[in-house]
Amino acid sequence: MNKFDHQDGVSRRKVLECMTWCGTGVLWTIAGGVPHSLGIMGEAKAAETRGLTFLQISDSHVGFDKPANPNALGTLEEAIAKVNALPQKPAFMIHTGDISHLSKEKEFDDADHIISQSRLDVHYVPGEHDLIDPDQGKIYRERYGRTANGAGWYSFDANGVHFIGLVNVVDLKAGGLGNLGNEQIEWLENDVKGRSASTPIVLFGHIPLWTVYQDWGWGTEDSAQALSYLKKFGSVTVLNGHIHQVMQKVEGNVTFHTARSTAFPQPAPGTAPSPGPMKVPDDELRKMLGIANVTFKQNEQRLAIIDSPLQS
Amino acid sequence: MLRPVIASTVLGAAVGSLLAASVLFAWADGPTGTVSIDNFSFGPQTLTVKAGTTVTWTNRDDIPHGIASSNNAFKKSGALDTDDSYSFTFTTPGTYQYFCYLHPHMVGSIVVEATTGTNTTQ
Repeated sequence: MNKFDHQDGVSRRKVLECMTWCGTGVLWTIAGGVPHSLGIMGEAKAAETRGLTFLQISDSHVGFDKPANPNALGTLEEAIAKVNALPQKPAFMIHTGDISHLSKEKEFDDADHIISQSRLDVHYVPGEHDLIDPDQGKIYRERYGRTANGAGWYSFDANGVHFIGLVNVVDLKAGGLGNLGNEQIEWLENDVKGRSASTPIVLFGHIPLWTVYQDWGWGTEDSAQALSYLKKFGSVTVLNGHIHQVMQKVEGNVTFHTARSTAFPQPAPGTAPSPGPMKVPDDELRKMLGIANVTFKQNEQRLAIIDSPLQS
Repeated sequence: MLRPVIASTVLGAAVGSLLAASVLFAWADGPTGTVSIDNFSFGPQTLTVKAGTTVTWTNRDDIPHGIASSNNAFKKSGALDTDDSYSFTFTTPGTYQYFCYLHPHMVGSIVVEATTGTNTTQ
């Protein structure tokens, strides 16, 4: 049992349950334009940084109850408790989709109930699991997308950093990958057009915006076009979920990073017959779920990202 | 005078039930085909059936899937959770490409052949 468990006052039974199933996130620091992963969140030095720190969680899959994690809500709760235990409170949180497993009102209710315990503003983008109600995303849009454009894309600014939430899980084409679509890409072009090249950009969306593994659909069909409008910027950070594991790639000024799920792990590309939920030994699960904390520090080139498993 | 009326009503209801039963029986008795969704793939990936066949997809994964025609040639399913099924009866011969609208790299096809030895001409 770690320090965090004691602080949270959880019962022995709960701890034992959570030793089986737990989740966390990634800590990011944006410093002078480029994001840095600060590593494991438990080792975060975020409290010592100045600038902007925000949190990323992803793939909560509330409602999932299969063998890979019979209690996805419980591990989300663990993740949020971990957020609350951070030495420095993040400015806000982003959730990169798959809040729910089946887009049910109760799943969203349960997720909101837990996530609101962080007392942070949360900026959401949908995953494909959030848009499968009979009205194809109506519940999501009414809850999280009232002020957004189209299927739920938008931008905002914080501490001089421009954040752009994208939707790449609608209108998917047979045989294809994730999809942004022309309307959204045109919106993006206009959204960044007038901005100074020195503005740090953080793009976030559900499915990776670079091709992680085509055979499993882990990429976005038209991401190259979208990213072409960001070439002038000195610092672009792209944060995604969907693949339930940490992956990072740096290409020129663009840093791509995926966060862990708070619900269940998925296999590394090509290491299993399918990308479905991966059942791991009970004492391994918490090491494969997590959160991410990101810090932006003035006059430094990269954002610092701390990917933090629930249990290290 | 009341009794014969009741009798005929009962008889009518009985005939109606028989008709309904025969209709249901005909439905259940029609040709069927099955596609299993396992490990993010459709099995068989190509299913060949006769016109009039009801094809049923069943999701055996721990993740929901959804069936959609690649060119809107047939009605798409709702989200299929684990062990959920979706059925569609293909009456017109042709090749129907479809995919999972949640995981579009998953593709399959239903080949519907004209029935032979009957009066059906399609």
